[in-house]
Amino acid sequence: MNDLYKLALSFWQGQPYLGVGLTFLVFWLANKLYQKCQFHPLLHPVLTSIIVIIAVLLFIQVDYATYFNGGQLIHFFLGPATVALAWPLYQHFEAIKKIGWSVLSAVLLGILTGATAAVYLAQWLGASTLTQLSLAPKSVTTPVAIAVVEKIGGNSALTAGFVIITGILGAMFGPAIFKLLSIEDDRVKGIAMGVSAHGVGTAKAWQLNHTMGAFSGLAMAMAALMIAFVLPPWLQLLGIF
Amino acid sequence: MKMVAGIIILVLYHQMGELMMNWLEWPIPGGVFGMLMMFITLLIMKKPPQVIGQSSEFLLRHLAFLFVPAGVGIMLLFDLIKQEWLAMLVSMVLSTFISLGFVAWLMQKLIKLQTLKNHE
Repeated sequence: MNDLYKLALSFWQGQPYLGVGLTFLVFWLANKLYQKCQFHPLLHPVLTSIIVIIAVLLFIQVDYATYFNGGQLIHFFLGPATVALAWPLYQHFEAIKKIGWSVLSAVLLGILTGATAAVYLAQWLGASTLTQLSLAPKSVTTPVAIAVVEKIGGNSALTAGFVIITGILGAMFGPAIFKLLSIEDDRVKGIAMGVSAHGVGTAKAWQLNHTMGAFSGLAMAMAALMIAFVLPPWLQLLGIF
Repeated sequence: MKMVAGIIILVLYHQMGELMMNWLEWPIPGGVFGMLMMFITLLIMKKPPQVIGQSSEFLLRHLAFLFVPAGVGIMLLFDLIKQEWLAMLVSMVLSTFISLGFVAWLMQKLIKLQTLKNHE
C-alpha cells in the first residue's frame, strides 16, 4: 500500500493533476460551506481553501513546488483577470465623470493612507522589511496586489494572505465604522469599502445596498488601476523601497 | 466558444502589457497596463463586442478562485509568520480601520464641497 502511495506521488511530481484537482475540489466544497452559512465573511472560501489545501499537502507530504505545478495553470489567469477589470471601469465611466475629481482624490489619498499606516504600524511593531513591503498593497484586489508586490520586492504569497484577511476585516467591521462616524450616504460608504477592502468588501456592500455595491466596485477598479502608478514612487519617497 | 475567444483577447492584452512594460522598463505590472489599454480600447469603440464583457464578467466572478494557488504559498513562510504574526495582525486590523474611516470622512467632505459649489 505504502509502495503504491509512493509510486503515485512520484508519478504526480511533474504533473499538474494534483494541484489543479485539489484546488478545484477544495474550493468547490469551501464555496458550498460559505453559501450554507449565509456568506459569513470569516468563512470566505479563499481563506478556508488555503487552510484546507495546506493541511492536505502537509498530510500527504507534498511540497509547494509540486502543488504549484498544477496551481500555476490557475494562477496564470490572474493576469487576464486584471485586464478584465477594465470592463466595470468602462461601464461606470459615466458615474465616475459625474462625481469626477472628488472620487479620484478620495481613492488616491485612501490608497496612500492605508498603505502608509500599514507599513509604519508594522515597522513600529518590529516586522521585517519583507513583511512591511508585502503589507503595502494589501487593500487592492489580489491580482494587482500580487503584481505590484513583485515589483517592489515583497512576497506574493504573504501579500495574497494579507489581501484576503484585509478584505474580510473590512467586510466585517466596515458597517460598524460607518455607523460610528455617522455616515449615511451609500455612495460614500461604497467608495470607502472598495478602496479599503476590494472584492470581499464589495461583495458585502452589494448585500447591504445596490448603490453601495456599485460605488464599491467602481472604487475597487479605480484603486487597482491607480496603485500600480502611485505606490512604488510613494514608498520610494518614504525611503522604504 | 465565444467565451474562449473573449478570454484569449484578455490573455493577449495581458501578454502585450507585459511585453511593453519589459521593453519600456517601467515598474508597472503588465496586467495593469493591459487593463489601461483595454479601457482605452473600450472607450474608442462605440459598441464594444459582447464577448469581452461576458468573458470579463466570467473571470471577475471567479476571481477569488484564481488566487488560491498563490495563497497556499503561505506554507513556505510559516517561520516568518510565527515570528511576526502579531505585528502583521495589528497592522492589518488598524490600517484597514484607518483606511475605511479616512476615505469615508474625506469623501463626505468632498461631496458636500461639490454640492455647495453646484448651488452657487
